[in-house]
Amino acid sequence: MTSQDGPFPLTRHSVVLAAQSNDLTARSLAIETIALAYWRPIYKYVRMKWNLNPEVAADFTQEFFAHLVEKEFLKSYDSRKGRLRTFLRVCVDRLFMNQMRDSQRLKRGGGGPHCSLDFEEAEREFATVPSSECPESCFDREWVRTVFALSLQRLQAICEASGKMVHFELFELYDLQDADPKPSYRQLATKFVLAITDVTNYLAFVRREFRRCVLDQLREMTASDEEFRREAQALLGIHIR
Amino acid sequence: MKQLSDSIVAKLQDEMQVPDLDGTRYSVVRHIARGGMGSVWLAEDKILNRRVALKVLDLVAPADDLGARLLQEARILARLEHPGVVPIHDAGTLADGRAFYCMKYVEGKTLARHIAGKSLSEKLRLLARIAEPLDFAHARGFIHRDLKPENVMIGGFGEVLVMDWGLAKASATVRDSAESELSMVIPLAQGSTHATGQGSVLGTPGYMSPEQQSGSSQLDHRTDIFSLGAILVFMLTGSAPGEVPAATSVAPRPLRAVCEKAMAADPNARYQSAGKMAADTVRYLSGEPVLAYPENFLERIGRLYTRHRTAIVLVAAYLLMRALFILFARR
Repeated sequence: MTSQDGPFPLTRHSVVLAAQSNDLTARSLAIETIALAYWRPIYKYVRMKWNLNPEVAADFTQEFFAHLVEKEFLKSYDSRKGRLRTFLRVCVDRLFMNQMRDSQRLKRGGGGPHCSLDFEEAEREFATVPSSECPESCFDREWVRTVFALSLQRLQAICEASGKMVHFELFELYDLQDADPKPSYRQLATKFVLAITDVTNYLAFVRREFRRCVLDQLREMTASDEEFRREAQALLGIHIR
Repeated sequence: MKQLSDSIVAKLQDEMQVPDLDGTRYSVVRHIARGGMGSVWLAEDKILNRRVALKVLDLVAPADDLGARLLQEARILARLEHPGVVPIHDAGTLADGRAFYCMKYVEGKTLARHIAGKSLSEKLRLLARIAEPLDFAHARGFIHRDLKPENVMIGGFGEVLVMDWGLAKASATVRDSAESELSMVIPLAQGSTHATGQGSVLGTPGYMSPEQQSGSSQLDHRTDIFSLGAILVFMLTGSAPGEVPAATSVAPRPLRAVCEKAMAADPNARYQSAGKMAADTVRYLSGEPVLAYPENFLERIGRLYTRHRTAIVLVAAYLLMRALFILFARR
């Protein structure tokens, strides 16, 4: 079985490979996508590991992605040697150590990705992280959370485009709520004026699409089949190391 | 971007693993267990209205040949129709591309849990029943390669089932006939003999024979005899061989000898079949001499006394009474 005839066709292009391109525009766009997936884990990681205050941590996170574009850090990334997220974490540590050594802060933002990063929200989330958690596991956990969140965005866009927002809303109410007890199929059927069998069928459809979105998202964020498989296993909690 | 709580992330992680049973006759009830290459799910067969167990490959399998291996396991199970091997009902590929097979759902306990509080004779009888399906599989040219207490189930009616044939393969000594029959249906997985996708040796430490640990390609049924010996050690001591040094010293000598013979480093020095090993333990149960243990004269007398204690006591009592009668009669 190859990646082509695996459970899902792996057709999406890897942004990691695009981020290693010599074309500055392509590289910036790819790093913007990487930044969307990694800025939260990195922000919380430096807040926790280096005990930076929120403002400095936000500046540092932006500077890091600016460095990814300008210094072409990612060119030295080889998926055969390790995972992208481990590589990025090591780069974060190195950048921080270099800044400490040079005792200078880089200018914020210049040349970095242009996506908007909501550091205030990230800070509110950070306040709920248990102090006993180590920075590395916080980084990994945040990465899992971000992959799922980005996949949900993708799923919502697919449902909107195909006129299946009822499916998505059912999924949100049934699977994405902390409420306990969660609504029953009967309650959902009444709320959306559907038969109960429709509710279960719609949920089955949207869950299937969600699985596909997660794997697509992961495919984009990895550089090789091997890395994709390793990250998928980690994401699904099979072999988290 | 919607922020997700830890509990929702955990729920989504679980959701990702749920097999897509769309278009099949099954619906998921709950997750039962995780294995090396996939998970076992309790499912409802919607046509026959009965519970079954589905073994489903992981959504993203770590190695490319796992789908073929799962199907190979299913086909081996299909060939092992024996009361001691869990029956298989169905196999195929799900809508999400994952290979699966459907088998009987066995409600019961693993051997490890079942033997707690059981007497020695009950344990030895169980061992004999574990040996039966093994002998059957060996006679058909298949070896289990992952025999351990967790892979033996005792059902609600006392049935003994050897489970998880995921590492099973054709024995080196009879590989030609067994493998050729299997490979008519599916090519046997190449390179899966000893290394997984992560490059680890297949099997479970403590229950693996030395030749299996060393990655030998010439494994035969005697690797399972070693594991059966290790299971006997577990039954006698409550721990896997080597876990608690000298734990077997509490076991009767003949049974220790049975364990030592079954777990000999040289396969030629082991019992040459699971049935022969079981027969030796049954001999011990019946008070007969154990082939693995050459007893001395005193031990033989002791064993004979134990075996015929009632008769010996009756005869002794009779002789004593007779002697007393004669003594008093002379006075």
